[in-house]
Amino acid sequence: MNEIGTEVTPQAGSNIKSLLPKAKQRERLRRWRGFKDGTSRNVVWAGGVSVIVALGLIFVYLFSEIVPMFLPASIERASEYRPPLPEDARIVHVSMERYREVAFALAKDGSYVFFRPATGLPILEGRLAIPDGVEVTAFGHGEPRTRLSVLGLSDGRALAVRDAYSLTYPDGVRLVTPKIEFPLGEEPLPVDPEGRRLIEVAIQEGVRGFAMAAATDDGRLLLSQFTARRDFMTGRTTLDVDTVELPSLDAGITRLLLSIDLRDLLVGDAEGRLTYYDVSAPARARPVDSRQVLPDGFEVSALSYLLGTVSIIVGGSDGSVTQWFLVRDDQNVRHLTRIRDFDPHPAAVTSINPEYSRKGFITADAKGNVALKFATSSRSLMMQNVVNERPISHAILAPRNDGLFALDADDLLHYYEVDNPHPQVSFRALWQKVWYEGRSQPEYVWQSSSATDEFEPKFSLVPMTLGTIKAAFYAMLFAMPLAIMGAIYSAYFMTPRMRGMTKPTIEIMEALPTVILGFLAGLWFAPFVERHLPAVFSVLILMPLTMLVVSFIWAKLPRGVRKAIPDGWEAAVLVPFIILTGWFCVEMSPHLEIWFFNGDMRQWLTDQGITYDQRNALVVGVAMGFAVIPTIFSIAEDAIFNVPRHLTQGSLALGATTWQTVTRVVLLTASPGIFSAVMIGLGRAVGETMIVLMATGNSPIVNFNIFEGMRTLSANIAVELPEAEFGGTHYRILFLSALVLFVLTFFLNTAAEIVRQRLRKKYASL
Amino acid sequence: MRDWFKSGAPWIWLNAGAAAISLIMVFGLIALIAVRGLSHFWPSPILETTVHHTDGTEERVLGELRNTEVVPVAVVAAMGIDFPEDQELVTRYLIQLGNRDLTGRDFAWFVGDLMDEWQFPDDALVLERTEWGNFYGYLLRVKEGDQVVGEGEAAWEELFPRVARAGDLRRQIHRIERFDIGAINTQMERIRLDERSLRARGETDPAAFERLRERRAELDQQYAVLEAERAELYERIARDFLVAESMDGREVTIPIANVVRAARPNTMSFFEKLGHYFDKFGEFVGGFPREANTEGGIFPAIFGTVMMVLLMSVVVTPLGVLAAIYLREYAKQGPFVQTIRISVNNLAGVPSIVFGVFGLGFFVYWVGGSIDDLFYPERLPAPTFGTPGLMWASLTLALLTLPVVIVATEEGLTRIPRSVREGSLALGATKAETLWRVIVPMAAPAMMTGLILAVARAAGEVAPLMLVGVVKLAPNLPVDGNFPFLHLERKFMHLGFHIYDVGFQSPNVEAARPLVYATALMLVFIIIVLNLTAIAIRNRLREKAKAVAE
Repeated sequence: MNEIGTEVTPQAGSNIKSLLPKAKQRERLRRWRGFKDGTSRNVVWAGGVSVIVALGLIFVYLFSEIVPMFLPASIERASEYRPPLPEDARIVHVSMERYREVAFALAKDGSYVFFRPATGLPILEGRLAIPDGVEVTAFGHGEPRTRLSVLGLSDGRALAVRDAYSLTYPDGVRLVTPKIEFPLGEEPLPVDPEGRRLIEVAIQEGVRGFAMAAATDDGRLLLSQFTARRDFMTGRTTLDVDTVELPSLDAGITRLLLSIDLRDLLVGDAEGRLTYYDVSAPARARPVDSRQVLPDGFEVSALSYLLGTVSIIVGGSDGSVTQWFLVRDDQNVRHLTRIRDFDPHPAAVTSINPEYSRKGFITADAKGNVALKFATSSRSLMMQNVVNERPISHAILAPRNDGLFALDADDLLHYYEVDNPHPQVSFRALWQKVWYEGRSQPEYVWQSSSATDEFEPKFSLVPMTLGTIKAAFYAMLFAMPLAIMGAIYSAYFMTPRMRGMTKPTIEIMEALPTVILGFLAGLWFAPFVERHLPAVFSVLILMPLTMLVVSFIWAKLPRGVRKAIPDGWEAAVLVPFIILTGWFCVEMSPHLEIWFFNGDMRQWLTDQGITYDQRNALVVGVAMGFAVIPTIFSIAEDAIFNVPRHLTQGSLALGATTWQTVTRVVLLTASPGIFSAVMIGLGRAVGETMIVLMATGNSPIVNFNIFEGMRTLSANIAVELPEAEFGGTHYRILFLSALVLFVLTFFLNTAAEIVRQRLRKKYASL
Repeated sequence: MRDWFKSGAPWIWLNAGAAAISLIMVFGLIALIAVRGLSHFWPSPILETTVHHTDGTEERVLGELRNTEVVPVAVVAAMGIDFPEDQELVTRYLIQLGNRDLTGRDFAWFVGDLMDEWQFPDDALVLERTEWGNFYGYLLRVKEGDQVVGEGEAAWEELFPRVARAGDLRRQIHRIERFDIGAINTQMERIRLDERSLRARGETDPAAFERLRERRAELDQQYAVLEAERAELYERIARDFLVAESMDGREVTIPIANVVRAARPNTMSFFEKLGHYFDKFGEFVGGFPREANTEGGIFPAIFGTVMMVLLMSVVVTPLGVLAAIYLREYAKQGPFVQTIRISVNNLAGVPSIVFGVFGLGFFVYWVGGSIDDLFYPERLPAPTFGTPGLMWASLTLALLTLPVVIVATEEGLTRIPRSVREGSLALGATKAETLWRVIVPMAAPAMMTGLILAVARAAGEVAPLMLVGVVKLAPNLPVDGNFPFLHLERKFMHLGFHIYDVGFQSPNVEAARPLVYATALMLVFIIIVLNLTAIAIRNRLREKAKAVAE
């Protein structure tokens, strides 16, 4: 600080009395002011920084919500023990109930036990009624949800059992009580009339009753159907068994599968083949299709249906894991089709078991590895060695996918906690064609929920991304010419008075709630367009034509008339003509329909094979274009208006016409500004929610037909997020689409902003 | 011609046309909403005619004309509507027939050529009812119980006062049901929760439970009194009936308790119509919705919108201003702050639904869920704050509009000349004194502009609200006479969402359409006024800044 004057200090003893407060008081005041200054700085600093951090938090939070989807699954060893069964009993089946409080194990000698999965302590033990001298020679189980198992016996009979659990809440605490049930009676039922040893069995409970498939040691294939009949007189239920022998295979049968609708039977054999029998009419059952699913020399060592019994997972002795299902061809015949391959195991696959509520499964191999995989997303979520180099005979999952059992060759049970919340998501499932169950080819589909439990959620973001692009494309197609041309006129030709009115009007339009535009588009414009389709297209042609004609006539008018209205009012002159043209087109619309489209253009379009939705891309294009015009207009107009005057004056002075000046000088200089206007407009169109929500049918289709609707990312969030389960995969995928929108618009806006700032610098330097 | 083309004039005219079309669209849109929204309250004449269907049947039609269209016959044929043979074009009319309870069809298209000439009978009656929409017909007589008290012209004289009486009684019933019984229910609920939390704490003292039981008994008694009062009102309101003839010749008895408004629009004078207009407009602005939101008023929606915007302003103003002051006055200007500035600016362009997603995940589920766990454990698993509500909606919109306020305030701060700052500092003021005594007051109008723009944006925003708190029909307003008076956790209604819901989710879209236009007009009006205010303030500010600079 410069010394600009000498300080006047009251001299001791002088008679000048200072009006200043005492030094001490001043000191205090100074300190107080300093304190206030510091406080203010700190408060503003804290407030400002926290606001900026809060805004940044949006990105971080969205990101943190989607990360869990892409993490692999993990398992953690909980305990390991021999299930409490007789010493020499070989275990053929283990399972867990929903709350993982009780587990079940069944041994080859017919003894069974319910025990605590965490400790292996027995709860309930027992033995099935297997006659003396007969041994259990085969084992199979139904859909995991049915908890149904079947034991094939050496005398050609089979016994179906079910491990059932009842829930009670005495004193508000959950109590799981296990019991064993015999849905087909406690006595084994004859499956093979000849009484041969059963080497493979399969069971399934469908709406039509129970069915069993069995292979005997002499190579026959049998299918038994059980129908319960209730005698109305005595009230007793009798069971009818209807067994047919199916045409058998050459190779030894290694695995059998029966679908839950009791229509399909799949047989895996020792030569690596899978054969499909259509057993919907058992008497006429025959092999329909047979496929080599493994290379020569390998056998089908594990075979399992996934939830819903549509997809088949084939595990080979070569360690390969593949998914197959029946796909209809043009003749409506179903063929076994290889859908996808999963990461292979290093040794023969010994066990495959599905999840209870999703399309995932667990695989185990002969070298002690277990792996979690998921069908739809083709993900192999984890593979881990749980038993050192020894084969695992069974690996099963808990109903809620939160625990697993792996049973090794020495009947030692390994119990693991599982964390596998989001297996459905992979880059492939989100962005590439996926072959969903029941479809005839890989497709992009978004279908997040359905009424049935066996439903396979389809989470392809492609339809919505394309829908977003489609909506934005048509909106920009409508908005860009109008906004940019309007901006050129307003900034360069319009008289200041008219410009003073035009600009605020269009800026107010920017603030118009989009819900209003959407409602008008959906309730007024969409029916209007449907009714006056020819008008829409004739306006496109007639409107520019009218302007040119008016312009031509104007040029030919006598000078006097032209002078009456000065330059810069052309837009005002055009207003009545534009309104007239619009009115004319609407009035002519029914006549055009009669002349060219047999009286009904919509019907005509349908006859041409073009789908027409009332709320379509055309309507959205216009409505959203309307919302975007002010944004583009306002920014582009600023850019054009701020082109330095001396540039244009120089151009005009050199003899260029005004239009030449505009195209060669003004537009070239302002083009970065116009570009950034378009970018910001595009950003707005991409994220707009209400207009698309209201003006389209919101069907997630994949095409660019202007007469069909679309579903955009934003509308999808608005429709589905309120229904999505908190923290679930669907919820997180919607967060992902929000993040995609966020990043996309942020990127567009930043690019536009940088371009604008450069332009501003350029103008300043010119 | 070539010269004309070379001069560039056609291009200029095309550009002019683009500007003109943009303007026409803006004004056309506002005019469309205004005309449709305002005309909804005007009593339209009732026409009567006979339609001769081509299969030889005749149908008497009484109702209001809603729409007219000229279409090719093929279109009419495709819709299964009769048309005369030898024609290419037909005019069709959409007529509101009302009487949904009798015929099941509220609206119908008729082809003009099949109609007799229209008449506008003087004594055609239109009733606006609390259920089943409008009734059109002819008044026969008015009854009190089984007693006929008026027939013919006398019936009309009896009708109007009785309708007014029923309206009064209905308002009393409404008051009892909504406020008095509502208050008791709130207290009952509180007692239930107190009891639960006593249990959860393992309270064993029977006296505590006894006190609650006494309170409950007391409330039960109060409730019984109100219940009796209500029953009596219901009995009184059920006294009168009117008998009218509908167009299919049936005699219909309608309880006057169900009649909101009765009118003979064809004989109304201009001033009667004006009275009717303002009566209906008053109901629209101040009333509660009826019939799944398709009739009645939008008061709760207006109230909810205002409440939400107010709360949002309280949050967004200090935060936005602080952030702007920090960025402009305290932060060290450099590439880093410039990056932050651009980012904040760009947040204004991020789709609003993204903010909604953030609000739902972060505020509602995370913050709200934590609040519930900490402070309202007795209500779980029913969420209190862990569900969309007014507070979260306001916070979400505050976040959404923060960039608007920050940008506007920063602009205001930038416009203040350096000389002012330097002058203040030179006089010995500290930085804080300069800021709060000189700079901020000068920038206040800019902040005001920012706030108004933020409010205008918030008032029109719907997409994020759908995720964080708006409902189609809120049973209670967020403010009422029960402690703590302002209920931040409640869900609320909103004008914008009302438009979406009534226009697109309503069972009877055709009937609801005029109301949607009126609601839209309301919203457009509010937003245009707010924006014009902001623009006016901004312009004044610029003038002032110029004056200071000079």
